[in-house]
Amino acid sequence: MEFKQLVINNSDSIVQKWMEEIDSLKDSNYTATISDELYESTNREFVNVIFTSIRNEGSTKAVEDFSEKIINLGWPLSYITDGLQIFRRVSTEYLLTQSEKVDSNFFTNLSASVNDWVEPLIRELVNEYSGSWEHIVSLQRVALQELSAPLIPVMEGITIMPLIGTIDTERAKLIMENLLEGAIKHNSEVVLIDITGVPVVDTMVAHHIIQAAEAVRLIGATCILVGIRPEIAQTIVNLGIDLSNFPTKSSLKKGFSTALEITGRHVTDLNVKENNIEKMMDSLRGE
Amino acid sequence: MKPQACVNIHKEWDIVGARQLGREMAKDLGFGTVDQARIATAVSELARNIYLYAEQGQICFEIIDTIERRGLCMIAVDSGPGIADISQVMQDGFTTSGGLGAGLPGVKRLMDEFDIRSEVGEGTKIKATKWIR
Repeated sequence: MEFKQLVINNSDSIVQKWMEEIDSLKDSNYTATISDELYESTNREFVNVIFTSIRNEGSTKAVEDFSEKIINLGWPLSYITDGLQIFRRVSTEYLLTQSEKVDSNFFTNLSASVNDWVEPLIRELVNEYSGSWEHIVSLQRVALQELSAPLIPVMEGITIMPLIGTIDTERAKLIMENLLEGAIKHNSEVVLIDITGVPVVDTMVAHHIIQAAEAVRLIGATCILVGIRPEIAQTIVNLGIDLSNFPTKSSLKKGFSTALEITGRHVTDLNVKENNIEKMMDSLRGE
Repeated sequence: MKPQACVNIHKEWDIVGARQLGREMAKDLGFGTVDQARIATAVSELARNIYLYAEQGQICFEIIDTIERRGLCMIAVDSGPGIADISQVMQDGFTTSGGLGAGLPGVKRLMDEFDIRSEVGEGTKIKATKWIR
């Protein structure tokens, strides 16, 4: 492995050339918001990782730490792949200038040798990077799923399901399951589905909501659809969707008072009553 | 016919992307909130039809800006199974997927202009336009 030794011994000049090349990439590929100091220090760290990895024939810990850092910084994967391609090119060029006689045999050897240390490193870094991303995405998916169909028992017999964001088939299934399970568990008489936060109600979303409401009706509860914004009301009418089978309300507030009515309750303002009594007393005194 | 933007529909989540682009373009053009919702819903219907029946296709948006009028045109193209009887799918309540059957007639009502061409085995092309009033 004389090439490898040559590269390691002359790391200074290779690093210098590499730094120049990667510096020229900054403007074209990456966001200009990255400060020069950060970019330079990260580049230094990157080239150190490359050399430690070559010296030790794979240094997992350093590679892991470095790819994690790049993800935390929010830099693209292309930074890593570009950096390694540049390294491959720069070291090949350097080795060529250092050799006196260059024939095709020599060149094949050289190229094979350089590939031998660069390729495992590319594989490792890219795997680390994409693995971390996949991990983040899967965690977010779980987090999103937990948020996707919450059911809140607000009062004996009244339960609210606030929906925010896009409803796809998977989520519609979850909504239905949670709605029925929760309505039975909390012994709900009235279930309010709040769609204030649903950006678009198309036929698919409407269909799922109708099915969910129908299922709620089957288990003996009433379903009220609340949070229908004026523009959504108009698109529902345009689409020709029939929502006449269950009550709908423009806001959660109105839906909640309807739910109170259904369960035989109403809200009384205690302060107003006291004021009234005081007023009555005053008027009595005045007489 | 001015700037064109296209969204490929392959996955269910592409519907959301198409819808957002449609809404964004409608907003930039100066459509009101109700028309924005109409356009977003129409995109959603067309994209879902592509996803459900043709599996993949494309939705393109064109801004129409002439002296007489301005508007947004959307073109949904797929090379799916096609539609044998167009008058049937344009009836309210007709569905082959167990849905509400309000999609295509709904889009026609949501938009100002609507044109559908389909060939069995070749695919479907739907063009719908909304004018700014």
